[in-house]
Amino acid sequence: MSKMQGRWGRMMGLLVSAVLAWGGLSSAHAAAPKPIIEKAAKGEQCVEATDYMRRNHMKVLNHHRDKTVIEGIRTKQHSLKECINCHASEKTGSVAAAKENFCVSCHTYAAVKIDCFDCHSTKPQTSPAMRPLTVDGAHYTHKVAAQTGIGIAVEEMAGAAK
Amino acid sequence: MSEIRSKSAQTVDSPERRRFVGAATATAAGLAIAPGVMLYQVAHGKADEQGVTSAVRWGMLVDATKCATGCNDCVSACSTENGWTPVAESKHPKQAPQWIRKLELQDPLTQMETNLPMMCQHCAEPPCVDVCPTGASFKRADGIVLVNRHTCIGCRYCMMACPYKARSLVHEPLNDTQKPDVPRGIGCVEACTFCVQKVDRGDGTTACVEACTAAGHNALVFGDMNDPESEISKRLRELPTKQVRADLNLNLGVRYHGI
Repeated sequence: MSKMQGRWGRMMGLLVSAVLAWGGLSSAHAAAPKPIIEKAAKGEQCVEATDYMRRNHMKVLNHHRDKTVIEGIRTKQHSLKECINCHASEKTGSVAAAKENFCVSCHTYAAVKIDCFDCHSTKPQTSPAMRPLTVDGAHYTHKVAAQTGIGIAVEEMAGAAK
Repeated sequence: MSEIRSKSAQTVDSPERRRFVGAATATAAGLAIAPGVMLYQVAHGKADEQGVTSAVRWGMLVDATKCATGCNDCVSACSTENGWTPVAESKHPKQAPQWIRKLELQDPLTQMETNLPMMCQHCAEPPCVDVCPTGASFKRADGIVLVNRHTCIGCRYCMMACPYKARSLVHEPLNDTQKPDVPRGIGCVEACTFCVQKVDRGDGTTACVEACTAAGHNALVFGDMNDPESEISKRLRELPTKQVRADLNLNLGVRYHGI
């Protein structure tokens, strides 16, 4: 009986010390720092309440993506393109180029991989004249720019010709 | 929608239904101000929240007699609009994605040369849709054949099935070089989309057609083949045209003149 008590005592002691050690550890290393979420450059209020969007943005986006791809419905409210237009960082011009950019900051914290940007551009749309010039596209880009009345700089054309 | 409601809620000849049908007819009549003048057009003025319908069938006419030798404007316009790297600039030209390509054909007997652009023919009965194991390859209601990249697994069955070699697989990561309007990425099959982003915007034309017109060749016409008054329908009525591999009975959205 005393042998049993001894064993119990030892086990309890171990448990208590383990709990104490864990408590000590967790107080020494606080939880991962909360992500700093960049404020949207444009706009005051998101298309839905912030709390709702934090939990359900993928539901909203997935629903909209099926509507867009299959039925050709391109409303702006729940479109990923509009999210990017508003939330692109002023520094990098992107929602996912740097660690502190809007999408990446939270997803790093939550350890959830984003695969949206394997296919989707992380940057907002620019005007036709802003598109990078390539040798093959230069001819056509120039024409489009001429039609829209936005000029292309001579240096830019020279750069493309090289 | 209205039909379903009337069928489920009432019997065929209930007064409720009659009132409903009467109201519906009055609404329809109200939309026409005078015979032939409608307040809205079904075909082109698509509202944003409205899905595409089969009332429209987008198609293209290629006049090979006007397609110039050595001109590559349609191809470079497509690459600029849709963001794919021109094959000449690609590191791996043999596997580079190519949405549209120029073909130069020569009759071995007469030496006659024919120029034409070749791309997705937007079949009414697309073989690529038949073979797709995930349903990613699909035909939109308005006749545009697309790949839903969210469901594409990159198996390339559709590339095998396509008689026109119109589809390509993206082999390399694109590293955020995509156009915001044209998402595309590694491991997915892609092809000409009839510039679906422009069509949905209401431009009523494609990048290749714009470029061909801007270059003064006017070899390409894009439009609604279901609308008898559209330019493409008029031209198709006048010109003798052919479908490539007409023997396959696929009812193509791209028609060629002068081949």
